[in-house]
Amino acid sequence: MFRVELSKQVRRWRTWLLAAALAGIPVLVVVAVRLSPPPPQNSQDAPPFLLQIVRNGLFAPLTGLALVQPFFMSVAIGLFAGDAIAGEAQTGTLRYLLVRPVRRTRLIMSKYAAAMAFTGALLLIVIASGLLAGGVVFGIHPMPTLSGTSLSVLDGLARILASGLFILLAASGIVAVGMWISTLTDSGPGAIVATVIVAIASQIADQIPSLHAIQPFLPTHGWLGYTGLFRFPIDLATMREGLTISAVYTVVFLALAVWRFRTRDITA
Amino acid sequence: MTSAIRAVGLSKRYGELAAVDELDLAVERGELFGFLGPNGAGKTTTIRMALGLIHPSGGTIEVLGSTATAAGGALERVGALVEEPAFWPYLSGRRNLEAFARAGSGRADVRGRLGKIDEVLGTVGLTDAADKRVKQYSQGMRQRLGIGLALLGDPELLMLDEPTNGLDPSGMREIRELLRRLADGGTTIFISSHLLSEVEAMCDRVGVMARGKLVAEGPPGTLRGPTDRIRIEVDDVAAAKGLLERLGGTAVEAAASAAGPGVLVVTLSNGLGSADVNAALVREGIGVHALEPQRDTLEDVFLHLVEGIDVPR
Repeated sequence: MFRVELSKQVRRWRTWLLAAALAGIPVLVVVAVRLSPPPPQNSQDAPPFLLQIVRNGLFAPLTGLALVQPFFMSVAIGLFAGDAIAGEAQTGTLRYLLVRPVRRTRLIMSKYAAAMAFTGALLLIVIASGLLAGGVVFGIHPMPTLSGTSLSVLDGLARILASGLFILLAASGIVAVGMWISTLTDSGPGAIVATVIVAIASQIADQIPSLHAIQPFLPTHGWLGYTGLFRFPIDLATMREGLTISAVYTVVFLALAVWRFRTRDITA
Repeated sequence: MTSAIRAVGLSKRYGELAAVDELDLAVERGELFGFLGPNGAGKTTTIRMALGLIHPSGGTIEVLGSTATAAGGALERVGALVEEPAFWPYLSGRRNLEAFARAGSGRADVRGRLGKIDEVLGTVGLTDAADKRVKQYSQGMRQRLGIGLALLGDPELLMLDEPTNGLDPSGMREIRELLRRLADGGTTIFISSHLLSEVEAMCDRVGVMARGKLVAEGPPGTLRGPTDRIRIEVDDVAAAKGLLERLGGTAVEAAASAAGPGVLVVTLSNGLGSADVNAALVREGIGVHALEPQRDTLEDVFLHLVEGIDVPR
């Protein structure tokens, strides 16, 4: 079922549209920075890593990831996870999958795995396109860390890939929430929008200082933990925290999704 | 051998409303069973419960000897069309069948289903349209593809909800012939329909459902009850009417009472047969052009059973 899901999504226009849009973002950033380099004193407002692009193309994929994560990745998760069950219910194909038969638990798990695979693929596309654009325009050099030490090009590349992996694993909690939302309704667009709203609202709540009491429990709270990879020594504590939150959300919401889906009547 | 479908005390309640109400039903292997009833009678809910899509609130329904949701259930050997067919519109007809073929479990079964795709597309007459996106299919083509999907796993049991929906008359005939052929080859077929003529022409046995219950069951012929009316075409209606009234054991409705050719409908009783009526007419020198038993149409029976309406005779 996992492979069926992959081959179905690969034949959809919207998947390619999303991939193209995400590939375009790092290119856009590199071109923009080349044409009008940002003045260094604005560093408070700029996304992480943006200012360093001018000196080192290796920062382009990181800037790409940092830009894509809050919004575009949330939309992608909405499309892959939120739409997973609800979209099939809406087209009616859900009942034909279930009578094939595909067991309900297996369907949820396969769809979750496919959503993770596609989110990961999109992050890889961002990294590849950023490396290409940044490398061509600004060249590839050893990376300075946020703590002032320096990383070899190879070490830098490895940490960029590790950042992508971290971002993917940290997103797993929201993917699981999307799967659960997807079992609640027969409207694909409704589930997509609801999932995107949860992801974005959680990130906004994470920014509001007076909500600090609930922030450690937000599903997106640990999303920026990957910046710890660029400190010396690597800041494992924040990364571990982010992965723990995501793991807890993944287990709880996948369990809820399976329970809800198994007990539900399929009338669509 | 167990029945192909067996429901015992099957119920589905939504609050106060019972969509299916203590339904008992058995469909034997090899039968072509017609499941009749108006919209809202509970047919589709019953089919969905059989296929494990809806959980019963009471009772059980088994297909091929086990409930659909049980481990090792028999759904692999069931082909189904539940309400309208549904496909991924952005994939071609062939890719849709491939996706469904791969979706089930069992590597050998998947290979078997994949190998049958071309044959099935041919069977339902979609070979030429197989590589078009389903988005571009007409309703009739979708319906054919839906039946093709049901046939993909070489099913022992076919459960088809309104299988000829959206087809033109020649398409309907093709599907009917296909189902008859499959039934003759040993496949059990369960079709639901509101088209009485379809069920009558095709099925071995019919069940009529109304308000969640099975209100009648049997071969299509027996549902109509005994024939006690005949329609006679004579060349002198007035003379024939007078004779038959004197004969006793008949009640006559005449279309015309004047002398001359016309039609009489006669209800027989007291053991009087249509042959006796014919003989009497001939003895009187009244020319009989036609004499045929007047059976209730299945539609009359249906209305009578379902709505409690007595069809005027």
